[in-house]
Amino acid sequence: MAIRRKLFASIAMLVGLFSSAIFASDLNMRPGVTETSIEAFDLHMQVIWVMTFVGAVVFIAMFISFVFHRKSKNPTPATWSHSTKMEIVWTAIPVLILIYLTIPAVKLLLKMEESKTDADLTIQITGIQWKWEYMYPEQNITFISSLSTPRDQIDSGAEKGENYLLEVDNELVIPAGKTVRFLVTADDVIHSWWVPDLAVKKDAIPGFINEAWTHVPEDAIGTYRGQCTELCGKDHGFMPVVVKVVSQSDFDSWVAQKNEERIAAEKAAAEAAASSWELDKLMALGEEIYNGKGACFSCHKADGSGTPPLFPALKGSQMATQADQLNDHINIVVNGKSGTAMAAYGSQLTDAELAAVITYERNAWGNDTGDAIQPSQIQAFKAGN
Amino acid sequence: MSTETKEKYEKYYVPEQSPWPIVGAIGLFLLAFGAGNFIQQSTDKVASNDGSWGWLFLALGLAIIVYMLWSWWKDAIRESKQGLYSAQMDRSFKQGMMWFITSEVMFFAAFFGGLFYARALVMPWLAGEGNNAMTHAILWPEFVAQWPMIVTPAGETTEGMGAWGLPAINTLILLTSSWTLTIAHHALKDGNRNALINYTAISAALGIIFLALQVLEYHHAYNEMGLTLGSGIYGSTFFMLTGFHGFHVTIGTIFLIVMTIRCAGGDFTAKNHFAYEAGAWYWHFVDVVWLFLFIFVYIM
Amino acid sequence: MADHHPTGIKRWLFTTNHKDIGTMYLWFSFVMFIVGGSMAMVIRAELYQPGLQFVDPNTFNQMTTMHGLIMVFGAVMPSMVGLANWLIPMQIGAPDMALPRMNNWSFWILPFAFTLLLLSFTMPGGAPNFGWTFYAPLSTTYAPPSTDFFIFGVHMMGISSIMGAINVIVTVFNMRAPGMTLMKMPLFVWTWLITAFLLIMVMPVLAGAVTMMLTDRHFGTSFFDAAGGGDPVMFQHIFWFFGHPEVYIMILPAFGVVSEIIPAFSRKKLFGYASMVYATASIALLSFIVWAHHMFTVGMPVAGELFFMIATMLIAVPTGVKVFNWVATMWKGSLTFETPMLFSIAFVILFTIGGFSGVMLAMAPIDFQYHDTYFVVAHFHYVLFPGAIFGTTAAVYYWMPKWTGKKCNEKWGKWHFWLSMIFVNLTFFPMHFSGLAGMPRRIPDYNMMFAGFNELASIGAFGLGLVQILFLFIVIKTVRSGEKSEKKPWDGATGLEWDQIDTPAPYHTFDTPPKVS
Ligand code: HEA
Ligand code: HEA
Ligand code: HEC
Ligand code: CUA
Ligand SMILES: [Cu+2]
Repeated sequence: MAIRRKLFASIAMLVGLFSSAIFASDLNMRPGVTETSIEAFDLHMQVIWVMTFVGAVVFIAMFISFVFHRKSKNPTPATWSHSTKMEIVWTAIPVLILIYLTIPAVKLLLKMEESKTDADLTIQITGIQWKWEYMYPEQNITFISSLSTPRDQIDSGAEKGENYLLEVDNELVIPAGKTVRFLVTADDVIHSWWVPDLAVKKDAIPGFINEAWTHVPEDAIGTYRGQCTELCGKDHGFMPVVVKVVSQSDFDSWVAQKNEERIAAEKAAAEAAASSWELDKLMALGEEIYNGKGACFSCHKADGSGTPPLFPALKGSQMATQADQLNDHINIVVNGKSGTAMAAYGSQLTDAELAAVITYERNAWGNDTGDAIQPSQIQAFKAGN
Repeated sequence: MSTETKEKYEKYYVPEQSPWPIVGAIGLFLLAFGAGNFIQQSTDKVASNDGSWGWLFLALGLAIIVYMLWSWWKDAIRESKQGLYSAQMDRSFKQGMMWFITSEVMFFAAFFGGLFYARALVMPWLAGEGNNAMTHAILWPEFVAQWPMIVTPAGETTEGMGAWGLPAINTLILLTSSWTLTIAHHALKDGNRNALINYTAISAALGIIFLALQVLEYHHAYNEMGLTLGSGIYGSTFFMLTGFHGFHVTIGTIFLIVMTIRCAGGDFTAKNHFAYEAGAWYWHFVDVVWLFLFIFVYIM
Repeated sequence: MADHHPTGIKRWLFTTNHKDIGTMYLWFSFVMFIVGGSMAMVIRAELYQPGLQFVDPNTFNQMTTMHGLIMVFGAVMPSMVGLANWLIPMQIGAPDMALPRMNNWSFWILPFAFTLLLLSFTMPGGAPNFGWTFYAPLSTTYAPPSTDFFIFGVHMMGISSIMGAINVIVTVFNMRAPGMTLMKMPLFVWTWLITAFLLIMVMPVLAGAVTMMLTDRHFGTSFFDAAGGGDPVMFQHIFWFFGHPEVYIMILPAFGVVSEIIPAFSRKKLFGYASMVYATASIALLSFIVWAHHMFTVGMPVAGELFFMIATMLIAVPTGVKVFNWVATMWKGSLTFETPMLFSIAFVILFTIGGFSGVMLAMAPIDFQYHDTYFVVAHFHYVLFPGAIFGTTAAVYYWMPKWTGKKCNEKWGKWHFWLSMIFVNLTFFPMHFSGLAGMPRRIPDYNMMFAGFNELASIGAFGLGLVQILFLFIVIKTVRSGEKSEKKPWDGATGLEWDQIDTPAPYHTFDTPPKVS
């Protein structure tokens, strides 16, 4: 008796959880905002219902047995152990159910995997440990998008914001009502670019370009968040994707603004490169880059100790302290080292920033070389490269 | 099968306790531990690992394994000669060997799979086929699909290995050795001891010649053709497939040499010669793998 | 007959006895279960709340990786081999396994392989941190130095598994007692025969994959590097060609166990014996052609996605046949609910739920949403914990009298069952929801919206962990001072091991072959 009650209780719990999944929307998948994401959601619901139905049949049959065919109720068991007819039935019915599910799945798959060579906008997405680079080839815009959640929210108990770990410094901006084509690739290891509300998840494979697309309707302007979904090393959990969907006119002005910014930045960089920098100024900027935009700290640690041998210590490293290795030092920061996690920062940072971060590495944590690397040295290095 | 079992069921010999399995496990451990350190140290991957003692463990592990196999088989031969093994036991050994060879086939299948996948799919994709137009246009615009891949996407160059020089001769050698081994095997069954010894020895000798020629071929590849393990996927598949095959030929040749010695020492009877048969099967397997290699690595 | 056996440590080190070897496999797997489980506890502790509390992200990845590897290769697979060793010879009327010394070698390789793997925690750079699926290039050029030891460790496990599988196949084909035709064999023997076949087909492929990793790391080959004409995705194809059959390797023997226990406690013959055999074989065959359902997002050609989607969904059919046959076995039976039966019933129910989420994952266009989220984690723990682990647990309760001559205490067993049942669902059911809500796997920290589910899962996990200590306690208590069992403690049990062998089973069974009618 007690057993039966407990059995019922636990099954009721399961059924309860399961059906709450169906009815309470925050327990379920998000329908998302695009046609494909909504169709995916519908298909998901359809399968859930089918599974619930099949499950109900199987489990109810079992429970009838538990109740009516227990030894106390049914002391002499039946002696049959075979029925070809039944076996044919329960082979055929699942086949039919599966066919019923396959048809919409095939349709949706073909739709999602369509190639959109005639898209309105093309964006190249590159996964880099642990940030995304977005490039708009036709608009001449390139920027890096990385996590902007403050460290103290992660490491210490500081109050966490609503978009904790799902916020970035530079969002990907796309126009609503337009078909956008994504060219997804990676520089180092495999990443995967996922935005649940758009139902786009594509692996970023180094050496290959995968294609995906989305079309966000005009009434769905807003910000959509996702994450890298392929294990890509230490900070895989800290590599969010944020997409800002704006109207076409807002998009145009964003493009114009980005272009102005770029021109201004190029000019400022040229000026900065032309001028001579004091050590303190380099150190101040260097520290900012090291712990911010460059995210060098994420591998080499804020105190320069790294995690040898995965990520070498910079504190006391030969390269960062020996005068005759200065060139190698500049080289590894500008060009990276292929086949390792050390990416090329030559195009991610300006010459002044590169000079500053290298200076910082040569003077911080007791490296004290006193070197003040000038932006012009970086320029010269790049020119001779 | 079932009727056979029914008739031939005899008292089964459950072997005595034996120290060799655990000795073998320790040997494998030392081998693996040493190999890890040795590889890291000798390929300079990890500056911090001064695994210069790695080879010691490696050598020790190998020595233990050789010693273990030697002793294990010695025990088995002794027990067999004492007549402890029934016909059923003999079948167990034979079936075990067959399934072991099956697993070896699958090991090679992994590398052949790699070759086919790289060649039939990856290479065209890198050159822009299928849904990979952008892969080609943006990442590898210079890359042209051709096999052997004498220019890799990154621009490394090498030469392709021809099929009709040494490799063709080697094919003939291996085929001949298979044939001589079959003659030897028949001689064993017919009780013709001299022919058995001579033809087994010839087969082993052919194996040695094959290996020597392969060394020559590798030498040529490395020094004159610039074809190395590092020559892109072509070099990778070429050396891994032929290399593992060569490794198996080495084992097979040792097997045959031991069989020659045992035959000369009067071992095996026309009916009872499992070890010999296993060696022969292994050799034929190595031979068949070579045929596949010759076709898919060299000719095509 | 004098049932003498060697004594002292040599009995275990040098043994050729299938029962001793089975015992060692089972204990080894339990130790590994605790080691892997402890790592799961670290994972769950870190995920209890948002924010980083206990371990840094790199250590977290090491925990995830080693948890997966140890559970799969150290806990589940050896536990199934342990059962095979104990049961197959007794069930087919053989005196021992066909190749007893090799059997001992298969076992003894394992402790050394896992020592090698665990040693990696002490190496510079730490243990492997690239997931139990070790995708290139994260596991090749970007991996810690200990990866080489991981690679050799996998080679060793492979050697062990292959030899173990050869032993099973040869034993089944060559050692059956007169009259024990193939279609009279107990289902446990059938499922293991098929499992062994899978092992022989796929373990060498895994060995090939890690070998390619090794040469990519150290000898300049470019199998998994596009710059040299290779492809990182090729690694995934090779891995999953092994990996998918591997998941059936973990579950088929458990199917076999359940197919023994349910008839015993239904006091009714297994329904549809022949179709059970064919269904198992179909599952095994299909498992070779579905591997890329783990890779729907890698950018395969659409034709490939379609093929792998449909092939995968087809597996639901033979698996369904098994489930329906189990239900039909209970139907009109005369059921009692002893501990082994409870675990088997829970197996059927919870495995089916895990199978349902499997079918959902198989549908490519929605797998795009599920892939690499906790929905997948929920799926595979449902088929693995209440699947494979419950299967083994049921087997232990069921055959314990045969092994030790003592019965497990029913009251304790029921406690163990009900607590496991509650906590296993509390741990893994909420993971469906966090997955659907969008939480990726293998992350040490997450947004607040996933907090509730993670808290539940963590609480469940700690409970589940403690309950496993109860299991250890029950087993030890039974061995030491359990109630003595009569020859056949379960009145519905059938098979050679119950009908023709004493309880506890003597050290050497079947001096002369039993007769099977
Ligand atoms: C014991 C292990 C085990 C078992 C048995 C299964 C069984 C199945 N698995 Fe699972 N799977 C794993 C272990 C297992 N899996 C693991 C470990 C992973 C993750 C690996 C990783 O990435 O780390 C995984 C991942 C995984 C994926 C990849 C998800 C992703 O990463 O995106 C998919 C996709 O197709 C899948 C599908 C299936 C299917 C269709 C089955 C089927 O065999 C299930 C069949 C059973 C039933 C369907 C229930 C009973 C049937 C009926 C009652 C009949 C009626 C039913 C219908 C008509 C539907 N599994
Ligand atoms: C058979 C296989 C198996 C088993 C039994 C388990 C058991 C458990 N797993 Fe496992 N798991 C995997 C196979 C398995 N897992 C695989 C293959 C992965 C994927 C890895 C990857 O992504 O690469 C994974 C990943 C995985 C994750 C996802 C990690 C991530 O993506 O970051 C999580 C998270 O909760 C998890 C939790 C658990 C828990 C709580 C248990 C519990 O059931 C464990 C309970 C057992 C014990 C706890 C041991 C016994 C008791 C003690 C040791 C005493 C100490 C107890 C306390 C301190 C309370 N597992
Ligand atoms: C994703 C991880 C990662 C990030 C981020 C990173 N590095 Fe590195 N860095 C590495 C690795 C790995 C190496 C070791 C390369 C090798 O094997 O030689 C390295 C090496 C170096 C070296 C050479 C150290 C030596 O002693 O050999 C310098 C200098 C360096 N990095 C500077 C930087 C700077 C500056 C930044 C940020 C702008 C940065 N790194 C960001 C991973 C990283
Ligand atoms: Cu990038 Cu995960
Ligand atoms: Cu699978």
